Amino acid sequence: MIPNVTATIITGFGLNCERETAKALETAGASVELVHLNDLIRNSEKLSTTQILCFIGGFSFGDHLGAGTVFANRIMNHLGNALKEYVERGNLIIGICNGFQIIARLGLVPSINGIDFEPTIALASNDSGVFRNSWVTLKVNKQSPCVFTKNIDAIPLPIRHGEGKMVVLNQSVLNDIEKENLIVLQYADPQSMEPTNDFPYNPNGSINAIAGLCDKSGRIFGLMPHPEAYLSPYNHPQWIRQKLNGVLKKEGMGQIIFRNAVNFVTENLL
Amino acid sequence: MYFRLEVSPLKSEHDTRGKATLSKIIQYFGFSVEKIQTRDVFSIIADITDDDAKQMLKGMTNPVIQRGVIGESNLDHFDWIVIIGFLPGVTDNVATTAKSLLCDTIGRSLNTNEQIFSSIEYLISASQMNADQIQTVAENLLANPIIQSIECLSKAELQKNGIPINKPEYLQSNKIHVEEINIHIPDDDLIRLSQDRCLALSLMEMKQIKQYFTRKDIDNGRQAMGLTQNPTDVEIEILAQTWSEHCKHKIFDAEINYTDENGITSKITSLYKSFIKRSTYEIGEDVDWLVSVFNDNAGVISFNDKIDLVYKVETHNSPSALDPYGGAMTGIVGVNRDPLGTGIGANLLINVWGYCFGSPFISAEKIPKGLLHPRRIRDGVHQGVIEGGNQSGVPYGYGWELFDDRFIGKPLVFCGTVGVLPKTINGQPGHEKSIQPGDLIVMAGGLIGKDGIHGATFSSEALDQNANAQAVQIGDPITQKILYDFIIEARDKGLYRYITDNGAGGLSSSVGEISVSSGGCIMDIAKAPLKYQGLQPWEILLSESQERMTLAVGPDKIEEFEQLAKDRDVEVSVLGNFTDTGKFHIKYRDNTVAYFDLEFMHEGCPQMQLCAKWTPPNHSEPQSIDNDGLDIASSVLSLLERLNICSNEAKARQYDHEVKGLSVLKPFVGIENDVPTDASIFMVSPLANEGIVLSYGVVPKYSDIDTYHMTASALDLAVRRIIAVGGSLEKIAAIDNFCWPDPVQSTSTPDGEYKLAQLVRSNMALYDYTKAYKTPCISGKDSMKNDAVMGGKKISIPPTLLFSLIGRLPDISTAQSLDIKSAGDLVYIIGLTKEELGGSEYYGMKGFIGNNVPKVDADQSMTIYNALHSAIKNEILHSVHTPSLGGLAIGLAKISIAGRLGLDIDLSQIPTKEQLNIETLLFSESNGRFIVTLPGDQKSEFEKTMDGLSYSCVGKVKLAPKLTFYDDNKILCNIGINDLVSTYKKTLSTT
Repeated sequence: MIPNVTATIITGFGLNCERETAKALETAGASVELVHLNDLIRNSEKLSTTQILCFIGGFSFGDHLGAGTVFANRIMNHLGNALKEYVERGNLIIGICNGFQIIARLGLVPSINGIDFEPTIALASNDSGVFRNSWVTLKVNKQSPCVFTKNIDAIPLPIRHGEGKMVVLNQSVLNDIEKENLIVLQYADPQSMEPTNDFPYNPNGSINAIAGLCDKSGRIFGLMPHPEAYLSPYNHPQWIRQKLNGVLKKEGMGQIIFRNAVNFVTENLL
Repeated sequence: MYFRLEVSPLKSEHDTRGKATLSKIIQYFGFSVEKIQTRDVFSIIADITDDDAKQMLKGMTNPVIQRGVIGESNLDHFDWIVIIGFLPGVTDNVATTAKSLLCDTIGRSLNTNEQIFSSIEYLISASQMNADQIQTVAENLLANPIIQSIECLSKAELQKNGIPINKPEYLQSNKIHVEEINIHIPDDDLIRLSQDRCLALSLMEMKQIKQYFTRKDIDNGRQAMGLTQNPTDVEIEILAQTWSEHCKHKIFDAEINYTDENGITSKITSLYKSFIKRSTYEIGEDVDWLVSVFNDNAGVISFNDKIDLVYKVETHNSPSALDPYGGAMTGIVGVNRDPLGTGIGANLLINVWGYCFGSPFISAEKIPKGLLHPRRIRDGVHQGVIEGGNQSGVPYGYGWELFDDRFIGKPLVFCGTVGVLPKTINGQPGHEKSIQPGDLIVMAGGLIGKDGIHGATFSSEALDQNANAQAVQIGDPITQKILYDFIIEARDKGLYRYITDNGAGGLSSSVGEISVSSGGCIMDIAKAPLKYQGLQPWEILLSESQERMTLAVGPDKIEEFEQLAKDRDVEVSVLGNFTDTGKFHIKYRDNTVAYFDLEFMHEGCPQMQLCAKWTPPNHSEPQSIDNDGLDIASSVLSLLERLNICSNEAKARQYDHEVKGLSVLKPFVGIENDVPTDASIFMVSPLANEGIVLSYGVVPKYSDIDTYHMTASALDLAVRRIIAVGGSLEKIAAIDNFCWPDPVQSTSTPDGEYKLAQLVRSNMALYDYTKAYKTPCISGKDSMKNDAVMGGKKISIPPTLLFSLIGRLPDISTAQSLDIKSAGDLVYIIGLTKEELGGSEYYGMKGFIGNNVPKVDADQSMTIYNALHSAIKNEILHSVHTPSLGGLAIGLAKISIAGRLGLDIDLSQIPTKEQLNIETLLFSESNGRFIVTLPGDQKSEFEKTMDGLSYSCVGKVKLAPKLTFYDDNKILCNIGINDLVSTYKKTLSTT
């Protein structure tokens, strides 16, 4: 146990992955607090005692008006400054699925020019036009500064979204992202392990097969796939075969991302 | 001030809605369309400044992919514009969210005169299309005229008149009017009164009501309240809802004279009590895990020493026939409220769904006027349950679809939810609740509108052209999710004493039912929050507006309860209090509008007296094909592409099955995750070892021969699916869902006695086999009027019984899947194959029904299930599958597809009692069978486990991608796996 690491999960308005995300962080040694967005707005000082802030998956406000839009707007109107200060203190943020859509909308990633709440990327409707739940293979960019993906080369995770297609504002944003190595995860062909635009390996048609991005500090990380849905080895769709072949993991691979976060806080922020 | 806010895709490549619409217009209608651009439009009627509107637009527009405009953007390249909005009073979820955004932007809440309406505009470039064709597309693809408004304008019309303002305000007089209903009239007039008011009450019931209101003692009490010997409209409507077939299950409670095929007559006092409840109570004497059955919103069983499981499966057929999207969405979010309203409130864990439709490929001319095309129903139903389930954050466990053209009249939409109830909450048993006189009646959740008024009585009648849109409700999953989160928080803080769902019959039903706990209630419905003014008292009471729960809150907790609701943006209102007066007492402000005995309300409905007569049908049999004349490969492939066998993955992938991170055996399994699992397994909580196993069985086709064996087969199929994935017979609970055509003899139902006999026989089998397998029904639902009468023609569904089973797996690591995994493994078939092609998919393909319906030998099967269970638990098998529709041939094809490996199968080795021809061996749908594979070194261990049972080794798994059938040494056919895969997937491949 590393009792000093505190993680905060924002809940409410249709977000729904709080329980498994809390389990992941607790397993990694953090103490976890679930805070309803309205309570956080009333009491934004809570942000001064936490080191990992989680924007979790779900359907905030039903994805009406675009995924993450209304939730991001409420944060911008009521918590903008507190959030900026939180980031400036060097703390961590992870945004998963709907959480990624929210932090993208807030401009927290890739935030090339710092945090000005102007988005430069968006998660648009999948090319297929429909929601999809399937497992994908993700290649990790070893050059990225992302603190959440240390010691991972590749990771299988489930995706569950209708709006996950990475789109950039313009070519210069993409150039900056690539130059700074802010691409963290890419959808890959499981055989060749190369990033791909081919469906279903790339489930949404993301530019450059981008599945996850970070900011320049590597401390803000957004991703469409769900690491908190692969905490148990029995979550993997092929676990029976893995068991038969003697390659069943001891722990679900999604857990590593949360361990990395907690370890980073322990080593750098406490 | 009025503002028009318009949001459109920045580039046409981001307009996925436009692209999808374009391809559907071409695919479904064959019209030539060049391009479609779409945009979302919001009419804001609010006291805000230009600057506020600009800020709001900025908040709702994503500058990376969207363009926002106040007013109207100028577009040159289009020929038609189609504007789709909602009709007045219809739930507009997107507008509700836009209101939240506006409140955040201006920093205050909106007053009642401030409104937002959403619409979608399609700008269509189609120089070849005329106005009629545009209208056809609008009505049959873009909108449902029953709930949505449609405006089609040419470019010239638009330029001349400008764009219309979308402002579907619900305008009705505010005058409150309570009518006295004269029931002291002749019988014929009573019948007409029931029909005219959509009461669905019989003459006998109307007379019962008349008698009650005339009683001297009753009259005295009512006079004191300012009422007369005639009921008010509020009262008659309350009774009609409470006594509806939907709420009262009158057919299942009827006294039935049943005459069997030998002319022997017996009297059944109530199907429900004589068969369903009796079986459960008798099993309950042997097992210790039944916690609460038949007396709450869902059944409750003990799972382990900390938690109970709650399970309910519902149908939402009639609303889905009218508005497939809204009706089905209400189906899923509605059934979510059943576990939430069970005990002191359960956490939601897993959803399930299943649908019966007509063929989506049937030609449009064959659909009677007044009915929607099955393709449209299918697309809408899927979309509704996908959005409802995904947005609620509840994963689905499995989903299935069955097709038969008799479902054109009414589709069947089954939705179910498993919940978790802690055994102890705040020191009290989680499954118990009670109300004390003086407790407050609290409604929590959405506002009340006209939606769903008469839902309960409407679904108690056949569908006809006059069906009323008010009977349809549209769910709002996000409002409900917010309500659900709030309820669980309030539950854990001990802020209320009782909770139930507001479903069919609205407040009338929910408060009416739970008032029994304290012994009465007094309620002022003028205190209920409304979506818009102008609702009459009876409408407020009966409205089935969604996302509402009714609670009993102690006076000492109300302040804290209301504060928490405010903090969570949840609407709650105190409507009155529970009493012990024995009266159901409703007021509107100072006036009493309903006042009668709770006992009369719940016990006063007279029992129906019905007759049932069973005459076994005799169907013609096809010529059997001798072994040499049979083209196996072509038969297998033709079966594999049939609607009832082929893959429905394209739709199913759009449902979230992994939220909560509990999924262990997913809805689709195999090396490419593309074959439906026999049963699903979920961890009961994150990282738990214990698993929940879910399966189903439904075989309406067998009802054409005998519903007794249909019922036995459905249950056996569901049971053996649980066994196949590693579950055991030790603890399995069942939910029964009966969907029947009207079985009451009348001029419109001349074959009612036969249909009722089918119901009796089904119940007899339910008793016999749930008893034998010790799988008690813990909850259920019946839907008894699944007929449509259109243009004088009646379409009735085949009698359909769905069994939904829930079991326990102590250690998830022992689970097994159906995909074959290693070349060289031995293939075994367990259980006897019999001459049972009656009602099979194979006969169906040939255009026959036949007579030899599959039967169930429960004793024999249970020995096999127990032996197989220990083989799986001891981990000596590599795959297990239980065949169903299509028989062994399709079972073998599926495991081969799932493993992308070949099979060598010698059909002469298949265990049988007598010599059978190859046609029967391959396609008979006999119950109680499994196909398993195992490594050679487990052969003797396996055979020892199976000692004395019918089984045999029929072949091997091979690397070569071919399914090969032998008759002894002679090769009968070779089918390439690629052919199997592509045939299996092509039929329903559109998303």
